Amino acid sequence: MEKFVRLEGLVAPLDRANVDTDAIIPKQFLKSIKRSGFGPNLFDEWRYMDMGQPGEDCSGRPRNPDFFLNQPRYQGAQILLTRKNFGCGSSREHAPWALLDFGFLAILAESYAEIFFNNCFKNGILPIVLPAAEIDLLMAEVQATPGYRLVIDLEQQVVVMPEGKTLPFTVDAFRKECLLKGWDDIGLTLRHAEKIRAFEEKRRIEQPWLFATGASVA
Amino acid sequence: MPQNLYDKLWQSHVVHEEADGTALIYIDRHLVHEVTSPQAFEGLKLSGRKPWRFSSIVATADHNTPTKHWERGIEDPVSRLQVETLDANIREVGALAYFPFKDLRQGVIHVIGPENGVTLPGMTVVCGDSHTSTHGAFGCMAQGIGTSEVEHVLATQCLLQKKSKTMLIRVEGKLGKGVTAKDIALAMIGHIGTAGGTGYAIEFGGSTIRGLSMEARMTLCNMAIEAGARMGFIAVDETTIEYLKGRPYAPKADQWDAAVAFWRTLHSDEGAVFDCVIDMRAEDIQPQVTWGTSPEMVVAIGDKVPDPAAEKDQSRREGMELALKYMGLEANTPIKSIAIDKVFIGSCTNSRIEDLRAAANVVKGRKVSAGVMLALVVPGSGLVKQQAEREGLDKIFVAAGFEWREPGCSMCLAMNADRLEPGERCASTSNRNFEGRQGAGGRTHLVSPEMAAAAAIVGHFADVRELL
Ligand code: SF4
Repeated sequence: MEKFVRLEGLVAPLDRANVDTDAIIPKQFLKSIKRSGFGPNLFDEWRYMDMGQPGEDCSGRPRNPDFFLNQPRYQGAQILLTRKNFGCGSSREHAPWALLDFGFLAILAESYAEIFFNNCFKNGILPIVLPAAEIDLLMAEVQATPGYRLVIDLEQQVVVMPEGKTLPFTVDAFRKECLLKGWDDIGLTLRHAEKIRAFEEKRRIEQPWLFATGASVA
Repeated sequence: MPQNLYDKLWQSHVVHEEADGTALIYIDRHLVHEVTSPQAFEGLKLSGRKPWRFSSIVATADHNTPTKHWERGIEDPVSRLQVETLDANIREVGALAYFPFKDLRQGVIHVIGPENGVTLPGMTVVCGDSHTSTHGAFGCMAQGIGTSEVEHVLATQCLLQKKSKTMLIRVEGKLGKGVTAKDIALAMIGHIGTAGGTGYAIEFGGSTIRGLSMEARMTLCNMAIEAGARMGFIAVDETTIEYLKGRPYAPKADQWDAAVAFWRTLHSDEGAVFDCVIDMRAEDIQPQVTWGTSPEMVVAIGDKVPDPAAEKDQSRREGMELALKYMGLEANTPIKSIAIDKVFIGSCTNSRIEDLRAAANVVKGRKVSAGVMLALVVPGSGLVKQQAEREGLDKIFVAAGFEWREPGCSMCLAMNADRLEPGERCASTSNRNFEGRQGAGGRTHLVSPEMAAAAAIVGHFADVRELL
């Protein structure tokens, strides 16, 4: 996983609450057995006028000119600004994969669905929770200011606005460390392999039925 | 100190805890399907790691599989590759059980787990699928995970997690005729909202819940995720134990008694404390129909489509307007006057035998309305299908004009050929009415199996109580 320490990036606003994972990446793209290549199909149904198919070249597809990602001013955006309950719905990690593949490295929202929130950290995306009033303020500024950029400082846990005003945010100590160092959490967990094995053995003795290895009909 | 059920389940699975509360939680059962697993198996292989305990794995192909013409195999090459990738991965890694495409016991992962007794009380159950909450009906900690976590569980048999807050949803009283667990679920989501359960583990309790069958409990827990909670569960009681007896992977003779003795401890203690308690009365719950593009946009069958003009909160009002536009509905339209094009009875929410019996009971001796172009029944598994055929339910459906299909996820998410075309309106027993969920441009209304059957017969939404 890539490290995430400090990001200065262009902000793109998706002014909508309850954006679900079906909207982030429609199901036909879930047929892929790869982790990459989902970027062109991010928000596919909103972004294009036709229905996208997996494996199709998107460059010639008709675009919805009103959709924010199709507006020239938001090209190259790395920070997604949106509203509450972002990423609700399915557990598909294709949603953060698509955001990442498109180029988004951080999200600012009022709240997130839990599984999506987790999935972001696993892929080096930083999902930041800000109070509604600050999201309102940022929404207004982004829409009023072409080229609007923000700085996200994970070390200091602040979002820095262009005029220097800082918006603090909280993040789990453990997750923060993993992002700052770009750690692979499987490797981290396996440092506890002995403990896991001991736990498992105890469990096997106490509840042997959990370790059945075959079926039978009584 | 009295403990609630979540405390007990959590505590009995903590392997290690970091200073900030992040814990390693041991995983007993790992359910796997074809959509969210290929990248995890690939990651495992690329890093040269082996699965920690392959006998914790139970797998099936369900999302991509077709529901008719099984003799032709899977015709969509992209879907076929995904299912073949699962076959190859399981062959390489091993599993406690694998129910591949066309196997008699194949079906939707959340239907076949309980049906085969691979979901047991007190377990931690994970699956790369948000509706894993279904298994909480058995008094277990069951939750959906992402693909990175699938890989993490494969490699370490653990999940990294912080403890959730707890919410008790207590439903008391007797459900009216024609009112089901699905209606409890929808009414509950309408009440607390789709983010109402975010950050919480929900326990469902109260006399109404204790009176539900295991299948009805699964329907309710299934939809905990639509309320934002990763897991929803119900205490173990005699109903749970009765259901498990004799299931293929349930403990047998010598271990059965010890297991049951332990399972009986899986309930919240008298006086246990929760971070939040919500009370509902069964008598207040009417058959529900969603009108919008989120499960919280729901009303009772006798109601009208709400008017955004009456909503004071600006962001909610805008959400309602967008939803009405997408759904092609006018504010204040009576729900009963909304005509439908298709009907889908299926999905991990409502495709078990009791669901099919309840729908057949409404359909029996009647015909699907001429205005309905397609009415599908998709059993949750091969075993459900077999049982339904034994009872002659398939004949009732077919005689009425329904199509009787092979098991799978089908039009719940439309990854196979079963889908809505743009603008089509569907009465569906599934769990999500998001934009495009059942096909790009499709319009989904979530209902119970009884209500879907009633809509099929009448051609528009109808109060099933008037047909019973
Ligand atoms: S039936 Fe629907 S909700 Fe259930 S697992 Fe399949 S796709 Fe997911």
